[in-house]
Formats: sequence, structure tokens, C-alpha cells
Amino acid sequence: MKTEKRGKVVRYNKWGYIFLIPFILVYLVFQFIPLASTIYNSFFENYRSGLTQIGPNFVGLENYRTIVVNGDLITYAENTLIMWVMGFVPQIIVSLLLAAWFSNPSLRLRGQRFFKTVIYLPNLIMASAFAMLFFTLFADSGPVNSILAQMGILAEPYKFMSNVWSARTLVAFMNFLMWFGNTTILLMAGMMGIDTALFEAAEVDGATSTQAFFKITIPLLRPILVYVIITSLIGGLQMFDVPQILTNATGDPMRSTMTLIMYLNKHLYSKNYGLGGALSVVMFIVTAILSMIVYKFTNKKED
Amino acid sequence: MKKKLLSAVLIAAMTAGMLAGCGAAGGETGADTTQPQEQEQEAPAEEAAVEAAETADEGKILNIYCWNDEFKRRIQDHYPGYTADASDATKGTIGDVTVVWNITPNDDNAYQNNLDETLLKQADAADDSKIDIFLVEADYALKYVDTELTMPVADLGITEADLANQYQYTKDIVTDSNGVLKGVSWQGCPGAMFYSRDVAKEVFGTDDPAEVQKYVADWDAFNETAATLKDAGYFIISSVNDSYRVYSNNVTSKWVEGGKINIDGNIMKWVEDSKALVDAGETNTYELWSDDWSKGFYPEGKVFSYFGPAWFINFSMAADAEGSIGNAGGWAATEGPQGFFWGGTWICAAAGTDNPALIKDIMLQMTSNEEIMKEIVVADDDFVNNKPAMEAMAADAGYSSKILGGQNPLNMYCAGVEGLDLSNLSVYDQGCNEEFQNAMKNYFDGNTDLDGALELFYKAVVEKYPELTY
Amino acid sequence: MKNDRETNLKKGMNIKARRGVAYVVLVAISFLCLFWFYVLFINATRAHAELTKGFTPIPGSSLWTNWKNLSAGRAASALPIWYGLFNSFFISTLSAALCTYFSTMTAYAIHAYEFKMKKFMFTFILMIMMIPTQVTALGFLQLIGKMKLDDSFIPLIVPSVAAPVTFFYMKQYMESSLPLSLIEAARIDGSGEFCTFNSIVLPLMKPAIAVQAIFTFVSSWNNYFTPALILHTDKKKTLPILIAQLRSTDWLKFDMGQVYVMIVFSILPIILIYMFLSKYIVQGVAMGSVKG
Repeated sequence: MKTEKRGKVVRYNKWGYIFLIPFILVYLVFQFIPLASTIYNSFFENYRSGLTQIGPNFVGLENYRTIVVNGDLITYAENTLIMWVMGFVPQIIVSLLLAAWFSNPSLRLRGQRFFKTVIYLPNLIMASAFAMLFFTLFADSGPVNSILAQMGILAEPYKFMSNVWSARTLVAFMNFLMWFGNTTILLMAGMMGIDTALFEAAEVDGATSTQAFFKITIPLLRPILVYVIITSLIGGLQMFDVPQILTNATGDPMRSTMTLIMYLNKHLYSKNYGLGGALSVVMFIVTAILSMIVYKFTNKKED
Repeated sequence: MKKKLLSAVLIAAMTAGMLAGCGAAGGETGADTTQPQEQEQEAPAEEAAVEAAETADEGKILNIYCWNDEFKRRIQDHYPGYTADASDATKGTIGDVTVVWNITPNDDNAYQNNLDETLLKQADAADDSKIDIFLVEADYALKYVDTELTMPVADLGITEADLANQYQYTKDIVTDSNGVLKGVSWQGCPGAMFYSRDVAKEVFGTDDPAEVQKYVADWDAFNETAATLKDAGYFIISSVNDSYRVYSNNVTSKWVEGGKINIDGNIMKWVEDSKALVDAGETNTYELWSDDWSKGFYPEGKVFSYFGPAWFINFSMAADAEGSIGNAGGWAATEGPQGFFWGGTWICAAAGTDNPALIKDIMLQMTSNEEIMKEIVVADDDFVNNKPAMEAMAADAGYSSKILGGQNPLNMYCAGVEGLDLSNLSVYDQGCNEEFQNAMKNYFDGNTDLDGALELFYKAVVEKYPELTY
Repeated sequence: MKNDRETNLKKGMNIKARRGVAYVVLVAISFLCLFWFYVLFINATRAHAELTKGFTPIPGSSLWTNWKNLSAGRAASALPIWYGLFNSFFISTLSAALCTYFSTMTAYAIHAYEFKMKKFMFTFILMIMMIPTQVTALGFLQLIGKMKLDDSFIPLIVPSVAAPVTFFYMKQYMESSLPLSLIEAARIDGSGEFCTFNSIVLPLMKPAIAVQAIFTFVSSWNNYFTPALILHTDKKKTLPILIAQLRSTDWLKFDMGQVYVMIVFSILPIILIYMFLSKYIVQGVAMGSVKG
């Protein structure tokens, strides 16, 4: 569809550059300088002890060595991925399911408007406010524990934040709650671009709605799906605020909920631009590789 | 509904003095000759007048950095000659000087991040945008005090005699490694142990503080009592984090010795004692201020005691909630095993300020002018940093606290704080104390053994202070 | 999965059953979403001391008292919550507008034109997206200090012009829903490029713009980290800073009831704005006719 008539377009192409100017200008001024200094700093010993600046002293790849040698990076990467998957799998399933139901004309769901509106609402609550509610609800003496106790499931209060898997589950659950509406909206907006005539034609041909979903919706939704997966992956690798607030920045129990960015944040306490910079560069490379794989994999049918 | 606790006794006694003080200070007239005033404590009015004259050739902007409006309210209510700007809450005036309040909340370390950046740029900043005054808390006071960026109070012309009535511990906290005093505070936050009278009567047969004190006189007695209380169905304290402060205020070595992380014996004793308490089900590992922790403010929480200073019992223990222990006057105060303090705000002058005379006056007026100190007690229920005033109240039989069932707790606070030796603070305290409690929670909860928890602690501290080893 | 032709006979039943399942799931999810607002509201109606008792499902009676304590007293100690509301609104609106407009423009540049740097630029922007923002945040602050933009709204608004995530979405959306033939047609009609973008492309992108406008608006509205370090004057502060300030207040004044009322106060406007913007997503914009 889009390869036709490319030739005529050529003379307008200088507009491509013109339209890019605002982005590039703002990017260079506000983000590129800090970014470049991040990479530059990763080769230096550069931190603050209290108010005393140490460095910058050039140390070559020493910061990278430190990161690799102490081995924590792998642990935190694992934690991050585990919690991301725990949140993302239900998130994408629920989102696709909802999007499919909403876009399926034969289902004729009532109150769609209400449901579509409601799902995004949790995202409006600040993570810190959300965490306050979680603390209240999942406290030892909180309502969740007392309900479980009344139902006879628990003899004594379960310490949600003191056990590895329940703590991770709460983090994943909160991430899920905050972001599934976001994903669903993205998918719905994508589906809106799909011509309903295609579904009608499919129905006439006797296709079931399941078939229609997998044969029509998913393929046409591919670019948006790619977007959702890649941004979720990136967002997942950069998971920070929810576990940070829920565990008071400790990553307890025993740092099993400590994510990569929480680890990075630890270094920012001492303004450790050296180690922090190196960590960012490593994360950037890992993210880039993963995203490229996803991008190539999901886009391969296109040409 | 806030009870003016500390005020009752002072009101009558001081009304006359206060009026005199206010009238004279507020007038700001009759600036005589300018002369350095070293010795006199008794003439706040004259001082104020003199300062007003002295400050005339100083900078016209006074920048104050802080994290909430507590100090602003104190200045507004008590500093002679301060006028709030009606249209802009971040501004006020003292004479012809504009006071600019720069308030950054604590969350996410934002206050310190902001203060750090600005302080480090202080030398290059224009006079009017330089920080003049900044406030610090005990945990991180030394981070600022132990640098050239904070001015010694002596350089402002404040003498030891000026501060003679202040509690020694409040000076220890803002004394740098060379023994130079670099800040002052108007508050004293000595703590006491608050226990439930009902539980004491039930378990020990008495709620008399002197009797109960015997059960918690030292940590051994405290731990034995914990077992007794457990048998009766009570937790001795709500959380191990309650007693941490009491242990950590009584250390005999610093967190860092010669670049190496060092864990003091008393801190390790906290770990041992706490682990035993938790394992025996005699207390819990709740975070301070969490719902679980504060349920002991009510009888159903089954908590025997909390450690805290005056502000804690007055404002934090739900005394105005129906059904709470405090509401029924069910608490009593005793000294507990060891003295400690909790909280407080210190005023520091930033090096390079262009308003030294004004800062001097603010420091003196707000922390050592007895009239103003008494005013603060009356108006704000603060425990002020002034020994004679507080001791007079402690001895007054007419003063009593309703929350504490009619007890006058002040001698408990005063007794505890006198023995406090805070010479072992270090610039690493905030990070070390936080990380230590965090790491040990894992040990108490049974998620790791002691070595694992210590390992975690060391790791976390080195992340925060990369120059340290262990 | 694979339904045979025969099952089409049962389709009527089938759909009913599936509709039933859908309703059950939807109701459960809606409950999960709305429950938090209920808890927030309950907590906002309870006094500070009551809140220490833990959660109860029954509202307290202190909503009005909490609100009065929060807003009352033009006294100098009162938080400038109305300024906060205005500032948050101002910053978020402009951020959302700039972000969506320029991201669409950037995406359009990459989508509709052929030029040498195109591939490079696309990859480049994708790469930027993967850089964790945490580390650059502190460098960003130093930069702002050097540019003398401290205590100004500019560093909170203008950087949203370069938003790689939004750009990426716009680009992907155009791929699925913006046929180049349409632009061709416009050119034949003699429409200028800039004019085409504004009058043809932008309207077609409405659902995508609405989506991203909401996202940007919300994240800007709830942002605490950067504003807290940049804004110092009380009257310039945004709502999250004021909430944090309320929470770090001294114990004499500390009042969780007020904190919760403040949270409710800062959520209500954003709910209204969301309701307004969501009609573009929810009701649907007739894209089908364009594609035909």
C-alpha cells in the first residue's frame, strides 16, 4: 500500500528535514548534553561523599569491571525480568481480550463506554498514593489479612512484604493495575483504524470471531502490538517507582525485589556518576539488543 | 483539638514578662550605640534594636532553605519585627530585608539534593541568591556541619555564654570534627518510655512510674519484662525499630573508623536483643508509622510501650481519637533503659552569607532568648532548648499531662537527656542507620542469617558511600 | 480454538455464553479499578487519629474538617493548593499539547518522506527511548542550573517536544492508519506540506493524539521528581510537590487526613480531563471511511 508512487514524493523531501527540526533542537539542548555526559562519566571515578566531590579521575573501564565482577547486576536483572513478566503476561492477555471484546461487533456488549473509561482510571493515581493504599490494605492487621483469616485460610497474619514471592506479586499486581488500562487503550485506538467492513466480509464468509481476531485483527494491529511489546519491555527493564515505593527503596526481602534502576538509584545517592553512568550504558546496550530482537522478530513479515 | 500541654503552667507565670518582652522587642525603637554584646542574656529588647541598626548595611535578601514550614511559623509567630507577605507565603520582611523561604520537601531526598547543588554553587552565586540560612536534622547534620560551607556560630559573634542554657546534646549534633559549633536549635527532643497504665497494673500490679521503671531499668530487665508481658498477651514494644534509636544514641564508637565501617557494640546488642524478642513473639518488625505499628495506640493493639519525645505523645499517638489509650489518659512516662532523643531541627548559617548580623540575631532570638522560648512553649507546645525553663516546669507540681493520666513527665525527659553523649556521630549516620535497620529486618524476619544481613548492610552502605571499606 | 462450520448453528448460544463471560470479567475488572478510589475517598473522610486505626470500609465524618484544615486560613502557612492546581494544569496541558503535536510532526517526517538520514534518524530516536532517564535526570538539573532556568516552567514543558515514546507510537499508528495516497491526493490539490500536515494529517491522527495526550498529561500531572528539584517558589509548585510537602510537615501539623484530601483534590481534575479526552478514544472516530 505504501510503496506506490514514491517517486513523486522526492521533491517534497526537504520537508522531512524541516519537520524534524523541533525534535532535534529540543533533544540536543535538553537531553543530549546530559546523556553525553553520562557516557563520558562512565569512564571516571566521580562521586560525592557528603559534600566533598571525589574525582573525576579517569579510570578507564574500571567502573564496568566493578559492575560485572560483583555479580549483582545479573540478580537485579533477573528480579526485574521476573516481576516484569509476572505483570506483563496478565496485562497483555487482559488487554488483548478486552480489546477483542470491545471491537467485536457481534458481541454487542452494553455499557462499553463505562468499561472502556474505567480501565484507565488506576493510572491516574500517583504511584506514591497507590502505595499508601497498598500498605493499608496489605498490612498485618489490614483488611486483606482479616478477610483471609475470617475465611479460615490463614491462622495468623501473612506478612506480604516479608516474603519473596508475595512481595514480587504485589509489585507485579500494582504494575498490572496501573498499566493494563494504558495498554488496552493503545490497542483499542489501533483497532479503531481497522476497517469494520473487513469483519463484515469475514462474517459473511463464515469466519468465527476467534478466527477473525487472529486472522484480521492481530495482523493489522501488528505495528501497535510491536509498539506495546517494545515499550513494555523498555518500561519493564526500567521498572522503578512501584517497587521503590512499596519496599521503601530497600528491595526487601533480601533485595529480591530490587530492580536494575533501583540499583542505579542507589548510586545516585552519592551522585556516583561513574558507576551510575556505566550501569546506564550497560542497561542501554541490553535494552537495545532485546528491543532490536523483538522489533526484527515482529516486523519480519512486513516486506 | 491540640492540647496545649506544656503551656498550662507557664501562662500565668509568664504573662507579665512576655508582655514586657513583646512590647519592647516589637517596638524596635531607640537603637543606642552599636557595641558588641557578649555577656548579657537579660536584654533581648536592646539586642534586637542594636541588630536592626547593624543589619542596615547588609544584603537585602535573606534566603532560608528548609523542608517544611515549621521554622517559618516559628519566625512568623515569635521573631520580633517579622512581617509576613500577605500575598506571597514564601516571602516576608524583617525591617528592609526580604526573607525568601525556599521550601523543598524531604521525599526522594529532594531537600538535600537541592541544598547540595545550591550550596556547592554558593561561591559563584550573586549575593542576593546565596543561601543565608539552612535547616538540618540530626541524622545528616554533620554532612553539612563538617564542611567549610557551614559557618561557625562563633564567627557570627555568638558566644558560648549565649548558648549556656541549651542542652549539650543539641550542640554535640552540630559540632564538627574539630569541635567547632556550627548550628543552634530551639527545640529539645529528649525522649522517654511511654507505657500503658492498664497493662502495667494488670501485669505488674502497679502503674507508678518509679515502680515500673524497675522492670525496664536496663536492657536485661527490659528483656525479662518482655517475656512476662508476652505471657500476659502483650508486646513490650510495637516494633524493634522503636528501640533502635535508644540503643544507637548510646554508642561508644562511630559508624566509620578510619575509612572502615564499624558496628558499635550497643548496636550489635540491639540486633541480639531484638532477634530474641522477635523470635519469642515479644515484638514485631513493623516500619515506624505503618498501620501495624500504630495499632498499639489503642488497647486492642496489645502494645505495652513506645519510646518517644514530647512531640510524639502530644501529637502522634492519636490522643484525640475516641477509644485510644491516650484519649483516656492511659499512658505514663518513665525513663526506660537508656536516654535518647528523637527529632529536632537545627539552624545553620551558610558560609558566604551577606547577612551575618541578621542571622546572629535570628539565632539568638529564636534559640536563647528566654522570653521567646517561653512564648514558643506556650504557643506551640514545643519542648524548648532551654534548661532553666524546662526544669522549672519539670519541678512544677501544678503542671500535668492529661494524656499521661495527670503525670508531669518533664523530669523524665530532662533526666534522660542529661546523660546523653552524642560525641560519636559521624557524617555517615543517616545512611548507616537507615541501611542497618533495613538489612536487619531481613534477619529478624528470618529471610537470612546474621551474616547475610550484615553482608547486605555493608553492600548497601558502600553503594551510598563508595569510599568506605569493610 | 478451531470452530467447525457446524458450530455456526450454535453460534447464538455461543455468543450468549461468551457475552456472559465477558460481563463477569468486565465487572470484576471494573471493581478492581474503582476500588482504589473508594479507599482513597474513605480515607479522605477520616481524621488523622482515626487513620492510625487502619482501614475501615465505612466513611468517617471528617471530610469537611480535613478539607477546611487543608485549604483554610489564608494564613501564610496554608498550602497554595489553588496555585498548585493551576500550575499543574498549565504545565500538563502545554506538555501534552507540545508533545503530541511535535511527536506527530516528527513521526510524519519519518513516515511520509524519503531522505538520506531517515533510517538513521528512526533508529536514533528508538535508541534514545531505551536510555534510562534516571541518570540523565541529575545531569539535566545541572544543565538547567547553568541555563538559569531554575524555578521556571520551561524545563518542565519544553523538553516534551522531544518525546521518543510518543513519537514511536505516532509512527506505528501512521503505519497502520495513515495511507500515503491520501497525502498524494492533497498534494495534487495543491496543498502545501505544512498545511497538509495541519489540516489533513492531524485530524486523521485524532485517536492517537488523544491517547498520547492523556498519557503525557497524566504523567506530567503526577511527576514529582523533576519539578521538586526545579520549582522552589511556593506559588509555582505543582500538586505532587505540595502533597510531598504536606507529608514532610512537622509532627505538630502532620495530618494524614489532609494528605488524603489533598490526593483526592489532585485526582478529581485529572479524572474530569480524562473523561473529556477519552470520548475521542471511546466513541471512536470514523477511520473506516478513510481507508475504504
